[in-house]
Amino acid sequence: MTSATLSQPIRERWWRSRTTRRFITNKLAMFGLGMIVLLVLACILAPHLLPYGSLDIDLRARFAPPFTGYHFFGTDPLGRDVAARLFEAGRISLAVGFSAMLLSTIIGTLVGVIAGYRGGWIGSVLMRTVDGFLSFPSIFLVLALAAALQPSAMMITIVIAATSWMEVARIVDAEVRSLREREFVQAGRMLGLSGAHIMFREILPNALGPIIVAATLTVARAILMEAYISFLGYGIQPPLPSWGNMLNGAQQYLGSAPWLAIIPGAAITIAVASFNFIGDGLRDAFDVRSDGH
Amino acid sequence: MTPQYQTDGATGPALSVRGLTIDLPKDMERRHAVEDISFDLQDGQILCIVGESGSGKSVTANTIMGLLPSSIRVSAGEIHLGGAEAGELIGAAPATLRNLRGRVVSMIFQDPLSALNPLMTVGEQITEVLTAHGVGTREWQRARVIELLTEVSLPDPQLMYHQYPFRLSGGQRQRVMIAMALALEPKILIADEPTTALDVTTQAQILHLIRDIQRRKGMSVMFITHDFGVVAEIADSVVVMEKGRIVETGSADAVLKSPSHPYTKRLIAAVPALTGENRAAASNAAPEPIIRVEGLGKTYRIGSALFGGEYLVKAVQDVSFEIGPGRTLGIVGESGSGKSSLGRLLVKLQDGNGGRILFEGRDIVPLSDAEFRPLRPKIQMIFQDPFASLNPRSTIGHILTVGPVAHGMDYPKARKEAQALLSHVGLDAGAFERYPHEFSGGQRQRIGIARALMFKPKLLVADEAVSALDVSIQAQILELLDQIQRETGVSMIFITHDLRVASQICDEIAVMQKGRIVEQGPPSQIFLDPRSAYTRELVDAIPGRMPAEARLSALN
Repeated sequence: MTSATLSQPIRERWWRSRTTRRFITNKLAMFGLGMIVLLVLACILAPHLLPYGSLDIDLRARFAPPFTGYHFFGTDPLGRDVAARLFEAGRISLAVGFSAMLLSTIIGTLVGVIAGYRGGWIGSVLMRTVDGFLSFPSIFLVLALAAALQPSAMMITIVIAATSWMEVARIVDAEVRSLREREFVQAGRMLGLSGAHIMFREILPNALGPIIVAATLTVARAILMEAYISFLGYGIQPPLPSWGNMLNGAQQYLGSAPWLAIIPGAAITIAVASFNFIGDGLRDAFDVRSDGH
Repeated sequence: MTPQYQTDGATGPALSVRGLTIDLPKDMERRHAVEDISFDLQDGQILCIVGESGSGKSVTANTIMGLLPSSIRVSAGEIHLGGAEAGELIGAAPATLRNLRGRVVSMIFQDPLSALNPLMTVGEQITEVLTAHGVGTREWQRARVIELLTEVSLPDPQLMYHQYPFRLSGGQRQRVMIAMALALEPKILIADEPTTALDVTTQAQILHLIRDIQRRKGMSVMFITHDFGVVAEIADSVVVMEKGRIVETGSADAVLKSPSHPYTKRLIAAVPALTGENRAAASNAAPEPIIRVEGLGKTYRIGSALFGGEYLVKAVQDVSFEIGPGRTLGIVGESGSGKSSLGRLLVKLQDGNGGRILFEGRDIVPLSDAEFRPLRPKIQMIFQDPFASLNPRSTIGHILTVGPVAHGMDYPKARKEAQALLSHVGLDAGAFERYPHEFSGGQRQRIGIARALMFKPKLLVADEAVSALDVSIQAQILELLDQIQRETGVSMIFITHDLRVASQICDEIAVMQKGRIVEQGPPSQIFLDPRSAYTRELVDAIPGRMPAEARLSALN
């Protein structure tokens, strides 16, 4: 044997891989990641650090503008601290966003992997179902469902997941279709592995890149969707705060107390934009063709 | 009009490269793509640059064309263009280079499909070259394109002008590329592995065409290849490269007959010889065949029956053969001959329609997936592409043990056997924990072989198992397969497009054309006394059937 076949293989760790490096060098994506980390930390810590609870009513301090005493973001028409409510709402909004993402990613991945690998009539039925869901105007579906069911954070999560899993399913379906023809999948069949083993142990790990990207973008959409529903009054019910229902409560005071709308509005914008930046950054990082810039 | 060049005898080199060093980006495995290389391309000659993958031969070609990616830089040396437009190419302004490209120096590529624009007709693409250099009127351009298409012997040039690339065969596309490269009568043609992606008979035609045009036009050709067979066929002089350095230069005769550098000797010796001798039997042929195929067929339906436009492709038709234990049957054919479909039918990755496959006396064609599963361990396959056939997300250990574990072996035992097999196929046991991307192509193919051997199969189907490998690695893998067969007595079906490889390892060879076996027999018959016209054509097309004394001296 010559040295060529037995030369030391090159070791590569994931944190030194090109994908990781491409993501880290993407300024916008790192900014997004930083903002999300800050936001999550703030939502976790703020209720312990702020002197006011989110439900503490202080009628003497109604409509206090930002930076009045310890009311950094001012107070609302009932004299509740906006900062406390904002971060309490952030907990709910982010939790709804993440759980809806998890749920829709799991459903979408299952449907996509099975449809993509099995193909034939099973694939057709599954993907036509996806088309059916996609052709429904999702906002109306969400509102109809939310109106019919008792609104709660769990209910909102399920409703949002039910209307956003289709995109993941389509991405996974396309990815699995191309992976299915690869020789390592044929090799799996040659070894006599079961269909489920090939789908979830052999193929799925290779489709993780696009799934992660889609999942990240789904968080952004879920947060936005929750804000819509709560703003329209079908979502999280007061007095429990959410970014959407804080905006709803701020409507009538737009002229006199603009900070009531601006602050939760900004929180939604920052969260959604940050998740989108991360998603775009991940997409570029997973795309080998974007190398060499 | 196009500039015309006179070839006024030996006027010095058309192109000379001096002390060229090209740096690679920092984190690559070596510092230089090529290091201090110098050679001359003599006027009106064909210079072959030979080397295995990673030798730096393509980088050299791209540097001459000024087509290097921005991450790779020339750090030293010069490339001097001779003749009427004499000048230095390194450091020349991009506009100067663009002006020279296509007009004075032209290039053809390995893969003619990706080098042609799928949305433009053949005629438009060639016209584009003329327009880009502002040559001729519209009518003149059209006439010139027809003339070029005639020159590269494409059938019906008038019709060809309006064809899209996808309608052409691989050989026809490469002819279009050559026509495009010749459009402005360049002085120098650079050909980067132009026949590697083609079938042998097509390869022979394209080599003939390049040689013919080169002689007629007095062009200088720089021909990049990994195949010493092609070198013997076409070269006037040869440059041998290894890992970015030139190890040997000389006339084709001298290098082929009496190579001086050990690497050259090794490369020439590694070119599979067309022996025409029958293989020594690995075992005393037992009368009972391990597998017998009778009248096997496979028909693909293309298009949709529902919306019309459905038609049938007969990939495999009425194929019959049998193999005894410990013997190897070669299945040889060009692309589209149905040899790979046949391989897939045998391991039931596809279901046949019609015919029988008797494995140890039992017909496996009608078995369902579930019924066939217990038999799978006995029939295993080695795949073509060592990069695609291993799951990039699994460790080698997982790849080797997953099959046996799924069939009920307990993991510690599977692990022990996998480690033993790894050292058996020439890898160290540390490979167990690693991922496929940490290995070279040859190493991965060894892993693929180990995976197939985990079950101690009765029959191995190797589908183009060495086609994607460099010649020296190819020789090692063939040796390994031979050794394994002698030790385990496994029967093998060796599917390949390369008659030379088949002659090395097969006891018997079946030649396939258009889904049928046209001839079957021992290597001595196939190579020395072919009965069918098609086999004769295939054998004649094998590049560089070197005289025996050349090979002998190379081996010494």
